[in-house]
Amino acid sequence: MSHGDAITAPFWAGAREGRLLLQRCARCGAHQFYPRPFCLACDHDTLKWEAAAGTGVVYSRTEVHVKVREDLVPPYTVAVVALDEGPRLTTLIVDGDGDPGAGCEIGDPVEVLWRARAEAPPLPVFKRSA
Amino acid sequence: MTRNVWDKRAVHIAGVAETALGEVRDQTELSMFAAAAREALGEAGLTLRDVDGVFVNYMGEEGSVQVAEYLGITAPRYADSTDLGGAAFEAFVHHAMLAVAEGRCEVALIGYASRQRTRRFRNMAGSPVDADSLAAQFQSPYGLPAPIGHYAMMAARHMHAYGTTPEQLAEVAVAARAWARLNPKAWSRDPLNVEQALASRMISTPLRRSDCCLVTDGGGAIVVTTAERARDAAKPSVRVIGAGESHTHWHLASMPDLTVTAGAVSGGEAFAMAGITAADVDVLQPYDSFTITVLLALEDLGFCGKGEGGPFVSGGRLAPGGALPAMTSGGGLSYNHPGALGALLLVEAVRQLRGEAGERQVPDARIAVAHGVGGFNSTAATVVLAR
Repeated sequence: MSHGDAITAPFWAGAREGRLLLQRCARCGAHQFYPRPFCLACDHDTLKWEAAAGTGVVYSRTEVHVKVREDLVPPYTVAVVALDEGPRLTTLIVDGDGDPGAGCEIGDPVEVLWRARAEAPPLPVFKRSA
Repeated sequence: MTRNVWDKRAVHIAGVAETALGEVRDQTELSMFAAAAREALGEAGLTLRDVDGVFVNYMGEEGSVQVAEYLGITAPRYADSTDLGGAAFEAFVHHAMLAVAEGRCEVALIGYASRQRTRRFRNMAGSPVDADSLAAQFQSPYGLPAPIGHYAMMAARHMHAYGTTPEQLAEVAVAARAWARLNPKAWSRDPLNVEQALASRMISTPLRRSDCCLVTDGGGAIVVTTAERARDAAKPSVRVIGAGESHTHWHLASMPDLTVTAGAVSGGEAFAMAGITAADVDVLQPYDSFTITVLLALEDLGFCGKGEGGPFVSGGRLAPGGALPAMTSGGGLSYNHPGALGALLLVEAVRQLRGEAGERQVPDARIAVAHGVGGFNSTAATVVLAR
């Protein structure tokens, strides 16, 4: 069963295999996230999917002290991570076992883990790198 | 001195009014707005039958349409339901300024009313998102509270980049409260100092309860027209001398720089049109949805340099008696926040320029700026007014 939409489905197919896929422009080489049908950097329309290294740096973060979702017990930390390839994504910071509740500081190096979900492909989350 | 570069017909705000405020149980949103619209038109020496431009959103489907019908306006020449969240109302003034100057309408009615407090619209998950949307795929699963988590991320980044402190953010809330204590209509009027603000409950680091605006019922109405149509006005009209609008992003991770807002463009456009700089502004109505919203706006509008917002707001600079009177109604933090504050920023700016703000009057205010912000600090629209 595919997840996402016509443009994002390959990202979620990668997630099922534990691969963090980014679009990369065939002409200028820029990476981008979230997926689009054209290159944001140079307007080219041929993009290929490439696996990211899965590493990055915390650009900002907030420790959440209120309940937002049934599957997240506060406090937990949400971060914006700048991937080594350039694009940023919003994510959850987890501990080495993949559980929420771990913290981080801006500038911390982080790496991707995958958080299983019942009704959807695994979600990319990040832990602080050792 | 200002050198207004606007060379078209002069456009004025000739009437303003608040709706009922606070907790409103004996009226509907439509009846609240009707009362404010009639009061604002009355100030302008006009009636609903004179209105030929309607600028409304967030009062039901199709923006201006249901509201206009309720008011008996069945054939406007100009209709606008721009969706820029809290900044929509400053954008409406921008659009009405251009429409009135070009003769596409002559009497523009702008406004909004909400009963978000009484009807308990708000929750920490924010508005429900379409399950197939990009937000549902890439943002919502991570549990970022909306909208506060977005602003918290901006505050955290600003602190990291520039050394901004929780005490400096608290100064914004303390200034708003000091103004609210001078406004009989303000919702929160108990004394507040920095220490008390920092003792309030943490919600999403670094933002505490005291960094957050109110959730109240309220709204306002604004009439934009020509000097000629305002000739029978009961009160002095003020000139609209500059306006601008912009937006940066929707998803948090797509904001180009978490410390630079759309105000950099909207403010630049508005100030250039008005021929002013920040130094010319006598009274400022910044959108204080959160304390960080004000701090970033001060930088982006040029009141201080990027990163200097923290020291700038310290020492009561924005408070009564300070060098830059701001949030003079008490703002969204302490006076009223009906979900989209922009209409009320305009009401207060006009009252300050008319000299009718009572105890909270800024002496001899000649240039006022209302700066609306919307979404997740996604949008901004800036209006410069002069008497």
